[in-house]
Amino acid sequence: MTALLSIRNLSVSYRRDGVEVAALKDISLDLEAGERLAIIGESGSGKSTLALAVASLLAGGARIGGSIEWSASQLQTSRSFAPPSVLPDISPTRGEIGSSLVGIPSATSTFGESENGSSISPQVGEMSGRTEGGAVERQPLDNRGGAPLLGRDIGFVFQDPSSSLDPVMPVGKQIAEVARTHLRLDWPNAYAKTRTLLERVRLPEATLHAYPHQLSGGQKQRVAIAAAIAAAPRLLIADEATSALDTIVQAEIVALIGQLVAEDGMTLLFISHDIALAATLAKRIAVLRHGQLVELGETSQIINAPRHAYARALLDAHLGLDAGPLLDRQGASA
Amino acid sequence: MSLLTVSNLAKRYRRRGRPFPAVDDVSFEVNPAETLALAGPSGSGKSTIARLVLRLIEPDAGSIEFEGADFLALSGAALRTRRARLQMVFQDPLAAFNPRATVARVLDDPLRIHGLASRTERPRRIAALLERVGLETGLAGRAIHEISGGQRQRVAIARAIATKPSLIVLDEAVSALDVSVRGQILELLLDLQRQERIAYLFISHDLGVIRAVAHRVVILEAGRIAESGDARAVIANPQSAIGKALVAATPRLHGNTAS
Repeated sequence: MTALLSIRNLSVSYRRDGVEVAALKDISLDLEAGERLAIIGESGSGKSTLALAVASLLAGGARIGGSIEWSASQLQTSRSFAPPSVLPDISPTRGEIGSSLVGIPSATSTFGESENGSSISPQVGEMSGRTEGGAVERQPLDNRGGAPLLGRDIGFVFQDPSSSLDPVMPVGKQIAEVARTHLRLDWPNAYAKTRTLLERVRLPEATLHAYPHQLSGGQKQRVAIAAAIAAAPRLLIADEATSALDTIVQAEIVALIGQLVAEDGMTLLFISHDIALAATLAKRIAVLRHGQLVELGETSQIINAPRHAYARALLDAHLGLDAGPLLDRQGASA
Repeated sequence: MSLLTVSNLAKRYRRRGRPFPAVDDVSFEVNPAETLALAGPSGSGKSTIARLVLRLIEPDAGSIEFEGADFLALSGAALRTRRARLQMVFQDPLAAFNPRATVARVLDDPLRIHGLASRTERPRRIAALLERVGLETGLAGRAIHEISGGQRQRVAIARAIATKPSLIVLDEAVSALDVSVRGQILELLLDLQRQERIAYLFISHDLGVIRAVAHRVVILEAGRIAESGDARAVIANPQSAIGKALVAATPRLHGNTAS
């Protein structure tokens, strides 16, 4: 396996009410190309901060240390079926060249202990891959040393599709804009691509003209997924993407994500508070607590033989259909 | 004798100009010290039933009998008195409370409004309530927005038990909590049920949680009852299509362990 990205000694802290709060402490892990890695943890574990850091979406005031190193060859692979114009320029114009992959140029974000300033923030505006009104000519594609571009190389699905979709734009146009921006398609071709994407996320073609408020939560999340995969990204990040959905819709969306990832050979970073849900989708699970990586292993090892007491505690707290009922312990009767 | 008897309850909303049945001919009973769970997908009518039972909204048809009285016929002072016996805890206590109120103020309100304790007695009663739900009495002076989600839900439970209810409606009351906190809150609810003989109408989309704490379950679909029965039996062997779909969709740690 080749690493799509290597995270080394990543630390992130925010200033809150004048106090430095550490969100991530010295995280090191590799995300293998094509693998499905789940990051699980409770509130404040840093799991969403990790997802945002990988996507270069951290807020401007965040202090970042360590590095996130991307394999440029892996990024390039993903673009082989895209128009040549969107091939990333892998010339090392910024940052350091990774040395871990011999002979393969890499893109590295080495943060040191710097403020999260200009090197990270510009991508924030591209999270939806959208320019004003969709009609403005884009800047030349961002080729910062082959660094991955959100929307093109990374697809991101958030928890709440109501806030990630534009409420006053038909959803078809929102998907088409991603295709137009990152695949450099004209509008007719972008819409043709959108029809294919709607089919892939199993929405009827009429959804093209629907506004977000006319769709259910599950349908909106399907639209968000279609937009996230529109540019055929190498990495799909799903951050609690099913947590606002009911159990049945959640299962459908998880199955859809699994299928799309397999079909396109995408790498999946699946962020969840639910260890059982993560286990249904992920090959490996990373357990975070208070900003630290407490355990990382194959899913079956984490589920059946966790080494860390906290991973064990999370498993014990899971109330599954095979768990012993709490009620029995007290012998309550109806 | 049942504590709560809901018969042929119906509530229609209008959706795009057409009547839309949110709750359609629903009947069930809750016995004293019993937990009855309402399960179902989004839009199945779970929360509408909770609001009807609490009389936050009025039904189009049907009857609700609570503690032997026609609950829908009550109004004014008689309704307020009876409401002390029927309390509620919602999913998000931050939305349910004035965020700037202190913990003490949130617990003082029901004691004052229902005339349960004199002004001088109330601080002692508030301290006792906090202790009962496993919170430090020193938390009384803190603002609701300053405490953690788990602490806030404990305050919500303390407020609910302040009026010595016989029934508490729990609408997704543990759904937003971290799993470790969730277990503690469920233990607290079971302990209160055992000590005070409180019945729960436990609304949840999570069959794992329902199986852990409920005696019986009613599975709803599109406002109607699809099936009901002993919680563990129904979840182990669902008969209705929606019951089967809910069980199949519940994530499992160890592959195909159920049915």
